[in-house]
Amino acid sequence: MPVLIYIDQAEGHIKKSSFEAASYGAKIAALTGTTAEAVVLGKLTDDLPSLGNYGITKVHHVADESLNHLDAQQFTRIIAALATQINAGVVVLSNNVNGKAIAPRLSARLKAGLVAGAISLPDTSNGFVVKKGVFSGKAFANINVLTPIKIIALTPNAFSPEKGSGIAEVVAFTPSPEPSRVKLVATNKVKGQVPLSEAELVISGGRGLKGPENWGMIEELAQLLGAATACSRAVADAHWRPHHEHVGQTGGSVSPNMYFAVGISGAIQHLAGVNRSKVIVVINKDPEAPFFKAADYGIVGDAFEVMPKIIAAVRKIKG
Amino acid sequence: MKILVCISKTPDTTAKIAFVDNNTKFAAEGVQWIINPYDEWYALVRAIELKEQDPSSIIHLVTVGTADAEPIIRKALALGGDEAIRVNLESHDSFTIASQISAIAREGAYDLILTGKETLDYNGASIGGMVAELLDLPFISLATKFDLAGNTATVTREIEGGEEVAEVNLPLVVSCQKGVAEQRIPNMKGIMGARSKPLKVVEPTATEALTSIVNFELPPAKAGVKLVSADQPEELVRLLHEEAKLF
Ligand SMILES: Cc1cc2nc3c(=O)[nH]c(=O)nc-3n(C[C@H](O)[C@H](O)[C@H](O)COP(=O)(O)OP(=O)(O)OC[C@H]3O[C@@H](n4cnc5c(N)ncnc54)[C@H](O)[C@@H]3O)c2cc1C
Ligand SMILES: Nc1ncnc2c1ncn2[C@@H]1O[C@H](COP(=O)(O)O)[C@@H](O)[C@H]1O
Repeated sequence: MPVLIYIDQAEGHIKKSSFEAASYGAKIAALTGTTAEAVVLGKLTDDLPSLGNYGITKVHHVADESLNHLDAQQFTRIIAALATQINAGVVVLSNNVNGKAIAPRLSARLKAGLVAGAISLPDTSNGFVVKKGVFSGKAFANINVLTPIKIIALTPNAFSPEKGSGIAEVVAFTPSPEPSRVKLVATNKVKGQVPLSEAELVISGGRGLKGPENWGMIEELAQLLGAATACSRAVADAHWRPHHEHVGQTGGSVSPNMYFAVGISGAIQHLAGVNRSKVIVVINKDPEAPFFKAADYGIVGDAFEVMPKIIAAVRKIKG
Repeated sequence: MKILVCISKTPDTTAKIAFVDNNTKFAAEGVQWIINPYDEWYALVRAIELKEQDPSSIIHLVTVGTADAEPIIRKALALGGDEAIRVNLESHDSFTIASQISAIAREGAYDLILTGKETLDYNGASIGGMVAELLDLPFISLATKFDLAGNTATVTREIEGGEEVAEVNLPLVVSCQKGVAEQRIPNMKGIMGARSKPLKVVEPTATEALTSIVNFELPPAKAGVKLVSADQPEELVRLLHEEAKLF
């Protein structure tokens, strides 16, 4: 019963989170003594046989241009048909925006238990138990999947892709077409920025920065590090920054390697969106700011004095 | 138009997260429950806004939960639903909850089913998609904007680094997040009126759980923050570079 990995793409390129899913799926295949196969939908410019580098032996490709954009209902139908055809035991996807639309549908269609937001490999010593974050990152739950087919939606950035060498065999998969019920009318991308949900490093600012005119230092540091920018809700509500940058209980949640917070108090509602970050760095002039309790590194100081020196030091390293 | 809004309860954000019974159960004792913010602020409020545009619309609320979910569903009614249905079942298996909701939805023949983006406690972001699949309906996840013109919905959804706009005909399932609606506070009139609004309790249909929770874990305590002097920001950069190897 092979492991089937859904490879998500945007504009013809495989997403980073899907390389993570591929590696993760290949690991499960190795653990359970089976093979890892992938399914790719749409026309891609990326090279598919090189998915073998991530442990995939076979790629099922539906080279249909109309599948270049997500239609969760169609995608589910196709992935489910393939999973049934190859008798897959586990289906792996990234729990990114598209994964969140497809995985639950797939679960209901195949009557297959889903772990949404997995952060560990399965423990198969007693069932099929996978760990995920619950209570907005304040705890973890170990979930046992009770069904013969299991669906795992892997949290982005929770598993580092391992690149080896290998060449996957690419075969065409031709599901019977069905008309789409969703008509795409526009795609608006913020150009030249690292998307927050995929970012490994995030630089974030709060009301301590006093006004939108002071965001230059946040952006400069982000640019030097190839990081995404974020903000607190207070900042988005004041229209200093766009709403899609706001993280926390009511905004986006992020799980980067580093969350670098400048002039943010660290209210519990803010922490709810960022406490899955691996390392938290806090710059705040108030030593009592609650954020320091959740931080790994910090400076008690004035952002306007500290940040220019930090930027200069990073510039030295990054040349 | 008939709208069904899925309402769940979640511990207040400031609630202490702890577990009992060998870490198999959330310590619910003394916890304050709130309406899951995505359900209240975005799904429900958008439904109310749609009803303001078209007063002939009907809003039904559904919650899958035992009697302790009633204060929450009453509060949601106070905000603006016409009628609420509580399916008398406590479950943390998304498929079980989705099966109950889809049974209610099938019976009520709704044009629009709205859910929140995710629950703040179990963080599945799964139930909307499952309901859509069980009902064979289109599903737009993580919507940030939702407009209706006759039978056609125009929905904006989040994608990595941007957004996508799509047109879909009703009936439809949408999961809602920030942007979909304006926040509002219930008025006293609504709160008084809510007491006389019908709250129907129905027994669950038989479904088999696809997953079970083995136990919970709390994250290991943080080692504590390593503070660097404000006179030496360069030292922080060195630590992040050499010790934490972040860049
Ligand atoms: C139901 C609910 C949901 C919420 N959801 C969210 C959410 O999703 N996300 C979110 O962020 N918030 C959310 N909030 C709001 C949250 O409670 C806080 O009010 C908000 O996060 C505060 O933003 P802030 O830290 O930027 O501002 P402030 O609380 O004003 O903090 C500013 C900080 O900057 C520091 N500072 C000031 N000057 C300087 C300087 N020169 N140098 C360095 N530091 C300086 C101060 O010491 C202070 O700690 C929510 C609130 C509620 C009630
Ligand atoms: N027990 C429940 N009863 C009714 N609706 C629910 C329940 N649990 C979750 N939902 C809805 O489904 C959405 C997504 O939940 P989840 O998949 O658990 O993250 C929530 O925002 C609610 O709108």
